[in-house]
Amino acid sequence: MEIGLVELSRLQFGMTALYHFLFVPLTLGLSILVAIMETVYVMTNRPIWRQMTKFWGTLFGINFVLGVATGITMEFQFGMNWSYYSHYVGDIFGAPLAMEGLMAFFMEATFVGLFFFGWDKLSKVGHLVITWLVAIGSNFSALWILIANGWMANPVGAEFNPETMRMEMTSFFEVVFNEVAQAKFVHTVSAGYVTASLFVLGVSAFYLLKGRHTDLARRSIAVASAFGLASALSVVVLGDESGYSASQTQKMKLASIEAMWETEAAPASFTLVGLPNMEDRETHYAIHIPWVMGLIGTRSFDTEIAGINELVAENEGRVRMGIIAYDALMEIREARAAGEEIPSQAKFRFEQNSDDLGYAFLLKRYVEDPRDATEAQIAQAADDTIPYVPTLFWAFRIMVGLGMSFILITAYFFWRTSFRRMTYPKWSLYAAVGFIPLPWIAAEMGWLVAEVGRQPWTVDGMLPTALSASYLTVGDLLFTLFGFALFYTVLFVIEVKLMIKYIKIGPTQDVDSTIAWQERHVGRLSTRRNQSPLAEPAE
Amino acid sequence: MIMHELINYETLRVLWWGLLGVLLIAFALTDGFDMGVGALLPFVAKTDLERRVVINTVGPVWEGNQVWFILGGGAIFAAWPPLYAVAFSGLYLAMFMILAALIVRPVAFKYRSKREDPKWRTRWDWALFAGGAVPALLFGVAVGNVLLGVPFRLTQDLLSIYEGGMIMKLVGLLRPFALLAGVVSFSMLLMHGAAWLTLKTEGLVQQRARSIGVKAGMIAAAGYALAGLWLAVGVDGYSFVNEVALDGPSNPLFNEVAREGSWLSAYAERPWIALAPIMGFVGIALAVLGLKAGREVSTLLWSKMGILGIVSSVGLTMFPFILPSSIDPTSSLTVWDASSSHLTLFVMLICTAIFLPLILMYTAWVYRVLWGKVTEEDVNENAETLY
Repeated sequence: MEIGLVELSRLQFGMTALYHFLFVPLTLGLSILVAIMETVYVMTNRPIWRQMTKFWGTLFGINFVLGVATGITMEFQFGMNWSYYSHYVGDIFGAPLAMEGLMAFFMEATFVGLFFFGWDKLSKVGHLVITWLVAIGSNFSALWILIANGWMANPVGAEFNPETMRMEMTSFFEVVFNEVAQAKFVHTVSAGYVTASLFVLGVSAFYLLKGRHTDLARRSIAVASAFGLASALSVVVLGDESGYSASQTQKMKLASIEAMWETEAAPASFTLVGLPNMEDRETHYAIHIPWVMGLIGTRSFDTEIAGINELVAENEGRVRMGIIAYDALMEIREARAAGEEIPSQAKFRFEQNSDDLGYAFLLKRYVEDPRDATEAQIAQAADDTIPYVPTLFWAFRIMVGLGMSFILITAYFFWRTSFRRMTYPKWSLYAAVGFIPLPWIAAEMGWLVAEVGRQPWTVDGMLPTALSASYLTVGDLLFTLFGFALFYTVLFVIEVKLMIKYIKIGPTQDVDSTIAWQERHVGRLSTRRNQSPLAEPAE
Repeated sequence: MIMHELINYETLRVLWWGLLGVLLIAFALTDGFDMGVGALLPFVAKTDLERRVVINTVGPVWEGNQVWFILGGGAIFAAWPPLYAVAFSGLYLAMFMILAALIVRPVAFKYRSKREDPKWRTRWDWALFAGGAVPALLFGVAVGNVLLGVPFRLTQDLLSIYEGGMIMKLVGLLRPFALLAGVVSFSMLLMHGAAWLTLKTEGLVQQRARSIGVKAGMIAAAGYALAGLWLAVGVDGYSFVNEVALDGPSNPLFNEVAREGSWLSAYAERPWIALAPIMGFVGIALAVLGLKAGREVSTLLWSKMGILGIVSSVGLTMFPFILPSSIDPTSSLTVWDASSSHLTLFVMLICTAIFLPLILMYTAWVYRVLWGKVTEEDVNENAETLY
């Protein structure tokens, strides 16, 4: 198999997945925010909340449809570009994808039509239920996808079957309740909630700056800042949970994120910044903070975190065990083909070493039959188990830095909303507008960390990426890669333009009924001392 | 987990073969009329108002309908991983075109009426046309190719190797028989879309839809009959050489397959399956008559029966073959050697048994809420919120 093909397949998957995830986080969070707003409407009966529901619902719809459209690609791309992967782990990996359709996607897609077109056809409570079902459906969808993705990082509840040459499920329960998947799920949906909260916050801030739709904007800020703060805290806590999980199952990922080449005495220090260098296996100009890494990674003072060099040495041993497993597998297969009884000794050797079979596959890049590998090739295969450290190191730090800043900005707005009579200084409104794109950057960095960090594997320790791709030509890949790039760019431009257009137009539905209601209840609504929503900047 | 032994492997495989059929048929019945309506759009609706009426007949439901396709993909992945791996990598460029069409379609629905500019709207109308017509045609072409056998072989490691370069991956699919199958599926879905528009619209649009639908139905029936004849004389079937263990491991290479006999010998072995093509012909005939007479609900139901008959006849004719290989028959995927493990099939069956009835229930409820015709007044009154 040509190397170019695997690289192109990765590029295509990475591109389409990152693109898909431009729309997903907003769908996840905005569906919930809209449902919250509609709940307030149904409870208070104030038309302004219905207006908010419809306005944010319109923006939700423009975004939602691209999430759906680009999700179709994801569902089929495993089969198209990762045919051997699909065969090898489909028995396990396919199940959560099918569950996503059965339990989640059907629900959100079937009800989303009624969300937009059912206002006159349903009772108030009926419509509210629909809105919540759309929100729950979207979030369940993420749950099943992250169970699938979590399994790739921590393949539990499965074992290799020599007869079918693939991995097969041994426990559905273990696959579903995989701790990595559960931590990833909460981390990811929380990130979606933060994205949507900062989106609502930023757009509302824009309205306040322009002095338009101030009633809608201030109420939206109130909802978004509270929800955003809770979510931003949750992202960090569950990110930490992911870090903890990584230390158990994906030690190499953790060590690479931290560019920790050598094992240190516990508790290990945290490298704040530095320039990791793959060739020297050293991080230049590193600034360390003592103890922090050991505490986060192991939650103890005396457990060591293995460094990259130590893990590579361990992996070299696993490659050797893998060769034994591979040899036994070939013996079993030959006996089966010849119609003989399978030698029990080969069976035993296979069972003893089958956990390391994937490490033997790493050698397939260099030699047709792993059993013929030279010492140099074995060492090379072990070295290949290091993911590209600089990307991980920086992507992780950008993500975490942004995550912290989200806590600050949502906390600030929450404080102004709760204790400063919903007044916001001008600089903070400009900041909120400027913050709009940042959660997307953080989310994409998060995916880079998760997926680059799993290399060279598609399924950690089981199946190397280099073996997972379909048997296609470079021409095939270039054609579809170019096609998707062109197509997606055009759609992206259209989406952003429409989004901006509808933000500029502002709420158009239920405007008259809202104004009429406000006028009737003017006494109850006027702010104390008739304050403008734009407070003077702090002295 | 010993629970899964409750249902034996062989039975589970047959059940999942049936479920795969159910999902594909549900897709053809629901998203089928969406695609038909898309393909009809430029021809049944001339003015912007008419087009909006047509688009809004499917506006609130296409999204849910399309999930049958996505669920179908997920179910193939979970229950028939080798099929998922071989089919989508083998039919690579055709699959890419279907995806492109299915990506453009949702966007076109949503964005078309968001701007007044007539050029903008016309462009999206053609996108809706392509989004309906291209998949409607290509799905049939794909089915035709499956009946002819697809040029792939499996290595000992079960890596699927598809013969032919990039050009052959697309042009190679356009074999005469496969094109005929494409015509059948395209015209069948056109008729189905017309039946839907008969139910959901009135006046000029309805008249145009009915007249196109009648012609499409007749072409579908004629094409289907011709395809049957072609199968009888011009296409070889497949059969097992060795005695097959029905609960054996899912490794296609363990069973030797030869290309001999005729697909239609299935009708001699299991005469009851003739029911499927009969339903196909009867359904189309009655749907055509209904379109002529302007009957609404019954026409759509007959159209559904016709599609049910035609799609299921393909599966029943081929059983137990799912994806035969034209260059290495032994690599062919069959019900007995291309499924998931016993446990996975069992777990997924339980999940499906819980959720599929729920899906059917709430989908039926949504259709009930949306019952009734879409009129030009509706569109005028809700010009801002409708598609």
